[in-house]
This record gives sequence, C-alpha cells and structure tokens, in this order.
Amino acid sequence: MTRSIFAPPQRSSRGSAVSVRGVSKSFRVYQDRNQSLKATILRRKRASFEEFWALRDVSLEIPEGRTFGLMGHNGSGKSTLLKCIARILEPNEGSITARGRMAAMLEVGSGFHPELSGRENVYLNGSILGMSRAEIDRKFDTIVDFAGVEAFIDQPVKNYSSGMYVRLGFSVAIHVDPEILLVDEILAVGDMQFQEKCREKFAEFKDQGRTVIVVSHGLGEMRTFCDEAAWLDHGRLVEVGPAVDIVDNYIEAGHLARPVASGGMRHGSGEVIVERIELLDRDDEDTRQFRTGEPLTMRLHYRATERIERPVFAASLHSRDGQHLWSHHTWDAQYIPSAVSGSGSIDVAVPALPLQPGSFTVNTSVVDEELAHSYDQWVKAVQFDVVPGGTPRESGGVLVMQSTWRNLLPTGLVDPATSAPGGVPVEDHTGTGPAAPATTALSEVDLPADAGPDEPAGHVSDRQHGGAQDLPNGVATGAEPLPDFGDRATPRR
Amino acid sequence: MTSDVVAPGSRRGPGRSRAGERKHSGSRELLLNLTMREVRSQFKRTALGRLWSFINPLATIAIYSIVFGFILRSPIEPGVNSGIHLFAFFLATALIPWSFMSGAIMAGMGSIVGNSGLLTKVYFPRVILPVSTILAMTVTFAIELSLLTAIMAVVGGPEVLLFLPGLIAMMALTVIFCIGIALMLSIAMVYFRDTQHFMNIFIQLWFYATPIIYAPTLIVQLQETVRNDGWTLFGEPFPLFMLYNLNPSTRITGAFRSMLYDFQWPSWQDWAVVTVWAGAVLGLGLLVFRRFSARVVEEL
Repeated sequence: MTRSIFAPPQRSSRGSAVSVRGVSKSFRVYQDRNQSLKATILRRKRASFEEFWALRDVSLEIPEGRTFGLMGHNGSGKSTLLKCIARILEPNEGSITARGRMAAMLEVGSGFHPELSGRENVYLNGSILGMSRAEIDRKFDTIVDFAGVEAFIDQPVKNYSSGMYVRLGFSVAIHVDPEILLVDEILAVGDMQFQEKCREKFAEFKDQGRTVIVVSHGLGEMRTFCDEAAWLDHGRLVEVGPAVDIVDNYIEAGHLARPVASGGMRHGSGEVIVERIELLDRDDEDTRQFRTGEPLTMRLHYRATERIERPVFAASLHSRDGQHLWSHHTWDAQYIPSAVSGSGSIDVAVPALPLQPGSFTVNTSVVDEELAHSYDQWVKAVQFDVVPGGTPRESGGVLVMQSTWRNLLPTGLVDPATSAPGGVPVEDHTGTGPAAPATTALSEVDLPADAGPDEPAGHVSDRQHGGAQDLPNGVATGAEPLPDFGDRATPRR
Repeated sequence: MTSDVVAPGSRRGPGRSRAGERKHSGSRELLLNLTMREVRSQFKRTALGRLWSFINPLATIAIYSIVFGFILRSPIEPGVNSGIHLFAFFLATALIPWSFMSGAIMAGMGSIVGNSGLLTKVYFPRVILPVSTILAMTVTFAIELSLLTAIMAVVGGPEVLLFLPGLIAMMALTVIFCIGIALMLSIAMVYFRDTQHFMNIFIQLWFYATPIIYAPTLIVQLQETVRNDGWTLFGEPFPLFMLYNLNPSTRITGAFRSMLYDFQWPSWQDWAVVTVWAGAVLGLGLLVFRRFSARVVEEL
C-alpha cells in the first residue's frame, strides 16, 4: 500500500498473538495397525509404522488483532498446525507461544452430553472452554439468545435438531470472549441466517482487535475474510503475507486457475461462469474510465452449461495493490435467481462511485447458495480507472467520504458575511444522482495572516461544482491550495 | 481452554506463574463440572433415577448373601465389638468398597477412549477425565457408605460413628489408589483396546482373591492344608497368607469391614500398606500419564 501522511497508524505493530517457532509434528502411519496384545507380544512391538511428517519446521508470527488464514491442500498440515496452536496436539519439535486467552472452535458442541439439558450443557461446555461459572451466569442469556434455542433450553440436547445443537455449541464457543479464536472451516455452521450472524460476530471480533486464526478451503472467503494468510504445502510453510496475495499465488501455483484471454485468472467448477463483464457509465456505454461520483453499472454476462439452482453472484472491487475494497453478493442483497440456465446477464449498480482517482480491478464469482461451492471465480477480470475530474474531490486515499470541513474556532477567521456556521445545504449541481451529497457550503474562508507566501491569498470562491471540496485552503490540513478543478490532474498513483 | 497459554515445548514464557494460577483454578472448576456431568447423567432417563444406586448394591448383597451365606454357608465370625453375626452385613461392609474400586477402575480406564470426541477438539488437562470419572463414582460411594454406616449404627450400636474419621481417611486412600490405577489403564486402553477385556477377567479374579464373600481366616486354614499336603518353601510353610495380605484390596476391604462390622480400628499395618500402595500407584500413574498423554490424541 502506498503510505502517505494520511495513512492510519498500524494497529498490529504491537506484537504477535501467536509465535510458532520451528514446529515439526509427525504422525505414525501404521501399515498394519493392531491394537491387540497378542500381536504385540508375538512381534515384540506394537505395530510397524512409518513416521509421517505433517509439519516440518514451520515458523511464523501471527500478529495481534488480525484475521489470519491457514491455507493449503488437504494434507498440507494446516489443520494440524491449528490443533498444535490449540494445544490439542503436541509438536515433536519447536514451540508455540500464545499470548491471551484462546478458544478453539474445531467442532462445536463436541463437549455436549446428550442426556443433559441445554442449560447444563452450556455450563459444562463453557467450563471446558475455560469460562468460570460467574462468567457463564453473566453471559447465559446472550448465549441462548444468539443460538435461538430459548424455548428448548431445559430440554436434553439429544432432542435438539442438529441445527440447534450446532448453534448452541457455536454460541457458547464464541462467547468465551477469547483474545485468540481458532476456527476450522468458519461458515460451515447452521443455516444461512445463522451464518450471517456468525459473520457479523467475526467482524465484531475483528473490530475489537482480537486475533482470529482460520483454516478454510474457501479461497474466496479467505480472500475477503482474512487480513493475512500462511500457505502450507506438505507440512512446509510456503509463504506468509497479505491474504489476497497469498490466495492469488496459491491459485496460480496450484494451476487451479486458468488465465482468461480478456484478462485475469479463472477457477471454479465451471457449470456457470461469468463470461464477460461490461462496466457501464451513465449512458450505458461500456467504458474503463470513470470519475468520482459517476454512476457505474457492472453487467455480468453469464453462461451456464446446465441448470443451476439459486446461484449467488458476487462482484468485488480491489485496489491495484490488492486491497479488498468492496464486495456485494446477491445473497446479501436478497436477489437470488431461482435458477439460471443458458446465457444471460445480471447487473450490479453503483449510483455514485465513491472512489478517488486510481486504478481498480473487479473480481466476480458465482457460488452456490451455501456460499460453499464455487462455480466460478474470475480474479482481476477487468480493470478500470477513476480519472480526476469527478466530484466530490477529496485529497487522498481510496475512498470518497463526502466529508466537509467546518466549525473553525475561533470563529473570527471565517468571513461572517459569506459563511454559514455549521454549513447550510446547497443545491447540488453535479447531477450525480440521488446518492450525491447534500453539500455544505463554506465557500469563503479567510486565510490566517501567516499563511505561506505561495498560498493564494484571499478567497476561494465560486467552485463550479460546489460541494465538499470547498476546503478552507491551507488552514487546517496544510494541503496545497486547490485551484480550479480541471487544472489539477494529480493521479494518486 | 483458558489462560495465557504457554504451549507445549516452551516450558518458560512470559506470565508463566500467573498463567499457572489461572489455569489451576480453571481446571478445578472444569473438574467439578465434569464430575457433576457424570453424576447428573448417570441415571438420566431411568424411572427410578438415583434409587438405582441403592438398588444395585442391595441386589448384589441379597444374591451373594443367599448363595454364599445361606447355601454355601461361608463361615464367619461375629463382629468383634459389635457382636453382629449376620452374613449380609459381613458381606456388605466389604462388598460396597469393592464395588466402588472395581467400578471406578473400569470407568476410569475407559474415560480417555470414551471422551475421544472431546479430546480431539478441545484442549484441557487430560488428567481431568479419569479423575472426574472416579470422583463422580466417589459421590455414589460416599452415599452408600453413609447409608451403610447408619444401618450399622442401628444394628450394632452408635459406636460405629466413632470410626467416621477412619472411614473418610480410608475412602480417600481408596480413591487415590483407584485414580492411580485408572491413570495407567486409561493410557493403556488407548494403545491396546484388549485392556478392557483383560481387565474384565482380572477384576473377577481379583474379587475372589479378596476376602469379600469369605473371611480371611479361610486363607490361613488353606495355608495349613497346603503345608500338610507337603508343599513347602525352603522348609517353611508356603507364605500364602503373607502374599494374600500384600493385595491392596484385601487391606482396603479389610479395613472397611474392621471399622463397620467389627467396630475395631484397622491395624497399623493395614494403614501402612494401603497408604504405600495408594501413594506408589498414584505416583506411577501420574508418571505414566504424563509420559504418554501428549500423544494420546493422535492414537484415538
């Protein structure tokens, strides 16, 4: 990422939540597994086995407050590593140090006793996961509420449906309030509605600066959900880094992805694919150049070789350096086609592009309704540029926030005749549609007397576009003055 | 799984002592909860519920009393200080501790294999499993024992209540002994499932090698018989009775019977032998458990 004076301080710099140092783990693979005493005595050893190294000298630091993914093929050792971190398995060599309370959700509800009531099991499972009685007392209602099993909480859990069972187990685990949460296959839990709740909960975890370590097969999920990832192959660490890069490298290395003639890479099972993407401007013209604040419609042309029930289409936006900026799938939008077959198209419309000038790439995907099976993932499908000249105009970064500067104190510095304290809404001239801001005018600002000689003296006035870029030049931001709009073409990258 | 975890392999780490404390209290709570789980679930879905924990031993006592007391006429002495002379009581005072021992050892043995689902998914100190299983059975044992004590007080007089501290101490030693054995066997069970079948037979043998349905004086008589038949060891009578008395269950059941049936303190040798057995077995059990439990999860 390009860092500028506007770059936020890095939260994760404080240290690592989990340090894995030179960890190796072997399993015994029995050629002729016998657990009988007779065979042991006859052969004078238990069984012949071969050592199988599930992990070989793996070292990595998992930074605090990040969502960290472990990825790799089956048998790559990612689950073994997770279990070693969870202390369920003990490494043969090396050490793992974890700072903070840890909770593992490798299989939820595994400590439940079928004959005991939901209530008793919440207490039991909570204490297995490390909660004290007082703590569970306090969280009990929240746990039950989250799981949605209030009516059945005093029934034995064997009478629960499998969904209820899993939801209660998950709910207990997630309310342990761990500083480090270990998750195996995040969203394979419960129905869609519950998965959504879980996703929110994970997001909340992230926001609270907790560390989440995830093992997942879902590459799309990995890319959007994780900040960083480690890629393991046959027990060895291949690469650690930002999740987006690692996922891309993984896809490319695994030849999972096929290059697409028009650009980007594609992987997935292919029953339905997005063949072509149009980026339509206000006039329905397919273009690769937009300005801030303009409407953008992505038209995804799909082709299905067979009838696909309830496919979920998704589009996502990435900055040039791979930062995931946005995604939206039709499941969240509750716009799921009952079925598709043959060819067709689907649009996702952005009323006003809230991006500052720069280059962006679009990824698309088609997955099943469970968001588990991936029909098509098209990575870096198209690229477009946001060129300078749009509105509103802000000073740097990726997003357009439609921010305003106001309330300069002491007030004497603002010309009382032309400025309205607190700002007044003015007519928007840009015609960017309904999402355009109700702008605030602070159109005339006096500069402080000690403003530099190269700063334009006097007023900034008569912005033809009005709106949020009416900054008090040089006053607070120290940003360079803003002359008339069209003159300044400063690409951000 | 709680605490600042200092994961295996790194025996030192920041905040180790604090982590140790927190882990300790967490483990105690978990031990309690798992014990309660066993206790609560033991008689779930049975119409008679907890009553079964009384019906079971009562039935066994009744059957053995008829077979060995009434039909086979196993000779017994009257209680030394209590004057009770009834085979059912003679039997019960040793059978109840024995049932606990055999039950606890068998249940503790299966506790690791039986909870594989839990072990492969969550980390907690593994030792909690056999210990909580046995503690859950101790609850039943304690209830049975207090009931038996109450009955003996009615039948033989309230003097039996003087032995309460002795009963509690002997119970504690018995529990420790069983935990030690169960720790070893629960690990053995993971590697060799035969252990269970082997133990089924061994427990039967052990039952008859313990003076439960007969008085230990029978063994002294047997030793005489054997000598008279010409079997000697270096000119001395074959030390059958001495070997017999090395059996910890002989001492344990003997001590309980001594207090509950004879209203007599067990000999100091009884205390010594049981204490040494319990301590040694627990020490060995912990050693074996610590040595092997790290890899147990992979073998499940």
